[in-house]
Amino acid sequence: MRHRATATCVATLLTATALGGCGAADDGAVRLTYWAWAPGMEEVVELWNEANPDVQVTVKKQASGDELVTKTVTAAQAGTAPDLVQAEYQALPTLASNNVTADISAEVAGVEDAFTPAVWQQVTLGTDAVYALPQDSGPLLFFYRADLFEEFGLSVPETWDEFAETARALREIDPDRRLTTFSANDAGLFAGLAQQAGAQWWTTETDRWRVAIDDEAGRRVSAFWEELVAEELVDNQPMYTPAWNQALNEGRQIAWISGVWAPGTLATAAPDTEGTWEAAPLPQWEPGANVTGSWGGSTTAVTTDSEHRAEAAEFAVWLNTDPEALTALVQTCGIYPAATAAQTGEALAAPPPFLANQPEFYETVAEVAEGAAPAAWGPNVTVAYSAFNNAFGAAAGRRAGFEEALAEMQQTTFDDMDRLGFEVVQ
Amino acid sequence: MSTASPLNTVDAASPANARPASEGGGARRPRRFAPLPTAALLLGALYCLLPVAWVAIAATKAGDELFSTFTFAPGSGLWENVSDLHGYRDGIYWRWMVNSALYAGLGALLSCAVSALGGYALALYRFPGRETIFNVLLAGVLMPPVILAVPQYLLLAEVDLTDSRLAVLLPVLLSPYGIYLARIYAAAAVPADVVEAARMDGSGEWRIFRSIALPMMLPGLVTVFLFQFVAIWNNFLLPYIMLSDDEKFPLTLGLFTLLNQGSTTPALYTLVITGALLAVLPLIALFLLVQRFWSLDLLSGAVKS
Repeated sequence: MRHRATATCVATLLTATALGGCGAADDGAVRLTYWAWAPGMEEVVELWNEANPDVQVTVKKQASGDELVTKTVTAAQAGTAPDLVQAEYQALPTLASNNVTADISAEVAGVEDAFTPAVWQQVTLGTDAVYALPQDSGPLLFFYRADLFEEFGLSVPETWDEFAETARALREIDPDRRLTTFSANDAGLFAGLAQQAGAQWWTTETDRWRVAIDDEAGRRVSAFWEELVAEELVDNQPMYTPAWNQALNEGRQIAWISGVWAPGTLATAAPDTEGTWEAAPLPQWEPGANVTGSWGGSTTAVTTDSEHRAEAAEFAVWLNTDPEALTALVQTCGIYPAATAAQTGEALAAPPPFLANQPEFYETVAEVAEGAAPAAWGPNVTVAYSAFNNAFGAAAGRRAGFEEALAEMQQTTFDDMDRLGFEVVQ
Repeated sequence: MSTASPLNTVDAASPANARPASEGGGARRPRRFAPLPTAALLLGALYCLLPVAWVAIAATKAGDELFSTFTFAPGSGLWENVSDLHGYRDGIYWRWMVNSALYAGLGALLSCAVSALGGYALALYRFPGRETIFNVLLAGVLMPPVILAVPQYLLLAEVDLTDSRLAVLLPVLLSPYGIYLARIYAAAAVPADVVEAARMDGSGEWRIFRSIALPMMLPGLVTVFLFQFVAIWNNFLLPYIMLSDDEKFPLTLGLFTLLNQGSTTPALYTLVITGALLAVLPLIALFLLVQRFWSLDLLSGAVKS
């Protein structure tokens, strides 16, 4: 008897879980699913759902990162991909070359003007197609401890030469402090710095790719940092470790080159330093120029699996260009919008709480964002990034050999593309 | 099932009690203290327990204490962390915990049933192809389940079952290791004579399995259940590929999304650490609960040899 009871119990549970899988109401509305990771995205999408009863969008919250790209590609191969996905700029070539993201150039005609050409070029991949719409961007800025800069009589460096001088001056004033660190555990920052110097790591030219990581721009940036690291003017320990948090929190590192989203990270990493940081434009290679790189940022892409491409594209346009949607994205999800109109909008009038001491924070950012250099991504960014971690991790540890590390990163990336069957030159 | 186990214990205990009487005197030699093995084992224990201690202590730290105070100094924010976790998106953490319990509990139970049937059949019936099946199973034991996740996803997509709870349950039902273990255990614990005697008395095969073999195999099946439970509880890749709706996520996946929210928001370290600590508690409870079955396992094993 007891066994029968158990069996019935199990059978009931199984049926219940099976039935739990389906249950969409059939009221004639178009239903779209959207994989996104930005916190609070459900609330922003709710605004759309209220105004558009015919097109209902469901957010399925995902974890951001390279794993999501793999998951999306797998789902697309099985024909079960969602209608819309949030994708980082550097993931777009991977998604496009796997035929995951649909070309929505016909559906989004005229939207181009809402974005800067450098941002727009990242979603067209230099073609006539449009593979996604830009959502947020991460222009690089120079974040520094304003109180300590004043205390030590340092001025904010406007060029990279001045940056090196500042690092040297600080070490002479207090040998226990460093200006910042050269971190070899996140290639995104190095990519941004190389973009500022003019790097185009992946480019396409009539049916073939060109990999140019080890070019003049890359060598300039890596040689600059090698000198700083070799002379111990900056630290060589990675970012995002407890030790790094502590160094920031105790003022043993007094500056950080980072994306516009840095205040949120600093709030966790260095909670005791609230109200002492300020942001300035990135130091320049040419005095008086206004060029920066980008670190982070994402897009909204429509998949080829979607049976409602027009509706999905319409939603993507609304999400990333409509003033109401952008305000909600800024306030709820905490993103820095890619649409230029929103960068000077009402929603960004007040600085982030951690930088409340710098009321004009977003004005500075908007000026910097105008000079964001175009980024050029290829289909194997993850390989290049892990090659960076390996090669530069070892070089930073030895405080030497950056030139070889850059060459190794180039070679690994090139070999991988060659092995995957891409037509590629270097 | 539980009515049978005391019987088993009595059976097992009586010869076991008899043995020390016959050779007990000689066996009781004073043990030498061996410093080297003891030190090695202590080191091993430290190696295993240190991360657990880290999680337990880090979970007590408030957000601003996490990276700024001494690593093994307890903080002051445990209660706050738990209530933050409870409040995060209307307590979705508890939903993940329920999901994990469902996947691991039901999955391990069903997989245990499949293993018991399969192991029993392989151990006690002679039929053509038996060794081939067993060898294929052995090969399956050597194959890490991780590499099957993507093919399983593609298969389940064919029948439109992805992003459902069944998608996580079905692939874990068949555990080659579980069947292997059940076969080995059945071969040792269920004497062929007993089965033969039951047949002579006119018992049907199902009744032999249910009333005679199953109670004898119980300690082994508890082991299979525990292995599967822990494996499913800690499983990441399979649910990661199968599920896209975070209402159906197990704990591993839920905590992963908390950690990776994109660069615009800082990772919710304190929530993840507290969540990880709470996620271990059910496993510890389960082990404490099932411990008595395991000692029984050792006891009956000693009698058989």
